[in-house]
Amino acid sequence: MTGPVLAARPDQDLDSGSVLPELRKQQITKLQLVKYAGASGDFNLIHTDDETARAVGLEGVIAHGMLSMAFLGEYLCWLAGPESVRRLSVRFVEMVRPGDTLTCRGRVKERTTGNAGRRLHLELWAENQRAERVTVGDAEVDIT
Amino acid sequence: MGHPAGLSSDLIGRESEAVLFEVERGAIRKFADAVQDQTPECVRGDLAPPTFPTTFRMTIPGLTFDLARVLHGSQEYRYERPLRAGDRVHCRVRVADVYQRKGRLGEMTFLILVIEGSDESGNPIFSGTTTAILR
Repeated sequence: MTGPVLAARPDQDLDSGSVLPELRKQQITKLQLVKYAGASGDFNLIHTDDETARAVGLEGVIAHGMLSMAFLGEYLCWLAGPESVRRLSVRFVEMVRPGDTLTCRGRVKERTTGNAGRRLHLELWAENQRAERVTVGDAEVDIT
Repeated sequence: MGHPAGLSSDLIGRESEAVLFEVERGAIRKFADAVQDQTPECVRGDLAPPTFPTTFRMTIPGLTFDLARVLHGSQEYRYERPLRAGDRVHCRVRVADVYQRKGRLGEMTFLILVIEGSDESGNPIFSGTTTAILR
C-alpha cells in the first residue's frame, strides 16, 4: 500500500488552484442505504422505505446526505492520510438516489505553513453521473 | 402551535446529558464497509472514518420532531485527531440556535446543533455542527 496521494507532492503541485485527483465511488444501491442506516444509526425511513419517502413527496428513497459526506471523508483520507484530516464542512445541495454514482473532486484553495508542516485548505465536492454537484464543501488537511 | 415544526427559540442552550461512547473495532469496520471506505486503517478497524461521530446519537430533552420532515442542510466536523478503536469518548450535544426563515417551500425552521467529544481526561477529540431544516 502506498501512502497518501498528496504526501510526497512538491509545493508547486499544491499551489492555489491545483486540481486534485478524483475518487470515483461505486454506484449507490438500496442495500447500501440499509447498511448505512444500520452502521450509522440513522433510521429515518425516507432513506430505506419507498412508502415513507412518497408520503413526504419524494419519488422514492433518497440517500442519506451523510453517506455522501462519508465519501468526501474517505477522499480526504485518501489524499492526505486518516491522521491528517483537520476539518470537513459540507452542504447537502442536491438529493442523491439509489442508482447514482458519485465522484469526489476538489482543488486547493490555499496552502499555508504551520508548525505541523503544510496545511492545505481545499474546496471539494461530490458530483453525480450528470456532473451535478450534490454535496459541496471545504476542508483542511495537514501534509508532510 | 407557533410554527410548523413546533420548535421555539426557548430550546437554545438546552443540551443532552454527557454520554460515554466506546469506539468499537467492529463498529468502525461495519461503518467503513457501509460507505465502502477503502482506507486501510478504517478497513482494519484501527481508525474511524472522519464522519464516524455521526454514530454518537443523543437526545436533548424537549427536542422532538418528525424525522420524515427533516432535511440535513449542512454538517461540519473539526478534528484534533482521528478516533481510534478502544477510545472512550465523552459526548454532549446542545442546541446552538433555532430560527425561522421563509424559503421556497414556505416557512422553515433551522435547527443548529453542536456536538463535542473528548477523551477521559477532558482533551477535545472532535466537534461538529449540524444544520437541520424542518419543513
